[in-house]
Amino acid sequence: MRSSRTLYLFAAPALVLYGGFFLLPAVQGLRYATTDWDGYSSTFHDVGAANLTDVVTDDDLFRHALTNNLKFLLVVVLGQTALALLLAVLLAARSRGSTWLRALFFLPTILSSVSVAFIWKFVYDPNFGLANALLRAVGLGRFESSYLGNESTAILWVAVAQIWFHAGQMMVVYIAGINQIPDELYDAARTDGAGRWQQFRHVTWPMVAPATALVVAYTTLQSFKAFDLILGLAGNPPRSGLDVLATRIYSTFANSQLGYAAAESIVFMVAIALVTFLQNRAARMVHG
Amino acid sequence: MRRFLLAIYALLIVVPLIVIVGGSFKTTADLFASPFGLPTRPTLDNYTNVLEKQDLLRVLGNSILVVAVSVPVTLLLGSLVAFAVARLPRWPSRILFGTFALGLAVPAQAVMIPQYVQFDRLGLRNSLTGLMLINVVVTLPVAVFILSGFMRTLPGELFEAAEIDGAGAWAAYRRIAVPVSAPSLAATAIFLVVMHWNDLLYPLLFIDDPGKRTLPLALLDFQGEYLTEYPLLFTGVVVASLPMVLAYAFLQRHFVAGITAGAVKG
Repeated sequence: MRSSRTLYLFAAPALVLYGGFFLLPAVQGLRYATTDWDGYSSTFHDVGAANLTDVVTDDDLFRHALTNNLKFLLVVVLGQTALALLLAVLLAARSRGSTWLRALFFLPTILSSVSVAFIWKFVYDPNFGLANALLRAVGLGRFESSYLGNESTAILWVAVAQIWFHAGQMMVVYIAGINQIPDELYDAARTDGAGRWQQFRHVTWPMVAPATALVVAYTTLQSFKAFDLILGLAGNPPRSGLDVLATRIYSTFANSQLGYAAAESIVFMVAIALVTFLQNRAARMVHG
Repeated sequence: MRRFLLAIYALLIVVPLIVIVGGSFKTTADLFASPFGLPTRPTLDNYTNVLEKQDLLRVLGNSILVVAVSVPVTLLLGSLVAFAVARLPRWPSRILFGTFALGLAVPAQAVMIPQYVQFDRLGLRNSLTGLMLINVVVTLPVAVFILSGFMRTLPGELFEAAEIDGAGAWAAYRRIAVPVSAPSLAATAIFLVVMHWNDLLYPLLFIDDPGKRTLPLALLDFQGEYLTEYPLLFTGVVVASLPMVLAYAFLQRHFVAGITAGAVKG
């Protein structure tokens, strides 16, 4: 068919670029992962699956980054989803004030990660930062903390910054979901004597299930990609307490272990696929 | 209760932003002495320092140039694919769409290493052209996703009329698909501007020459240099964010629509 041929021509430029600079490198990555190439020498050795087995079984740095990633993921997914839903419920009704507040809450989303990182770097500064200043001001000075300075909890404070960054974006997704709920359902619930909480529990929550699935899936992928925010907050390369998979891969690569970094990338991909799969299973169990 | 919660969260957003903007007009000592207060002796030193010594005007120019090329190119190529997806028979359309959808599931960190090698070999590393190209490549899947989502909902008769006129597919694309899809194209454009403007990963990976840095990379370099000279960091944040925030003030609804479409589909 003549017109089909034209349509293939339409798609051709994009396919060439995407195939050549995305799909092809993705496949080449598999090859690099089986070598000990440093990234610039003209020679390298084939090491088979040694890189991959090392990454999975015998790499404390990688395992540490994975643990940090999972902690970060858990806090961001739970915290951001809950906050986004709360804000959406509070702002779903149309009014001049709610339009303004929606715009305000969405605002951080358009900033760059590095900008957000610098804002929070100052919030968390142990000596001059806003968080400790606020605690002192309200007489809670005994809770002053060094935030990012504490190796074991630093990643959780980064998670808080990430939630501040993107909760407004997920709020918008929830508002769209809530606005699709027919008013009759709430009317019926009220007739049955349901209070505010019961209306939320029995109408809003089940009806926004598709939005929740979307928000959780997106937040998961987004929190695996939280690379810029961590570099901005922790410096490059980050300390081990703030190292996540993406920064670990970057550091390995910057350290001239290109083959090994390619193997780490593969495990990274598999980890994301696995988490996504488990989430889908969990979502199906919760929502039947 | 509702008002109280909203007020608290509004303060959580507004206060840090005010501190940043105010702080960019303060000396370090003034900022530490009173982070929340208005600048008592406002100074523009941070701005002259950052714009001149850090060559931030040039960096700003680089960012504008990259976005000015990569966004229209992504839109053009992405909308052509979306048109093909909407008009091709069922299976070719699915395969074409699926090929691009594949890219949505793969985070950039998983392909960046072989891409680095490839761009290095082709001499495209350490160049703004290379950055433009990688921006196009990496965001094509999202653009295709959003745009074909819209174009697939358009009735086929709309295009057939134009094609029967003997004008062909190109005319159907240009005279019908593009104008009808204008809102969707605008939303995608905004999403792409924000993505390309704020990207740190590829500049960090590709750019060695300080004269070719874009804003996020230059900002990251500040951190090493100024460690705790917060007023200078804040000034960098203001310079990097101001163009986006101004655009957001005027095009707020489109920003929300575009970024949400990108999030939902990306």
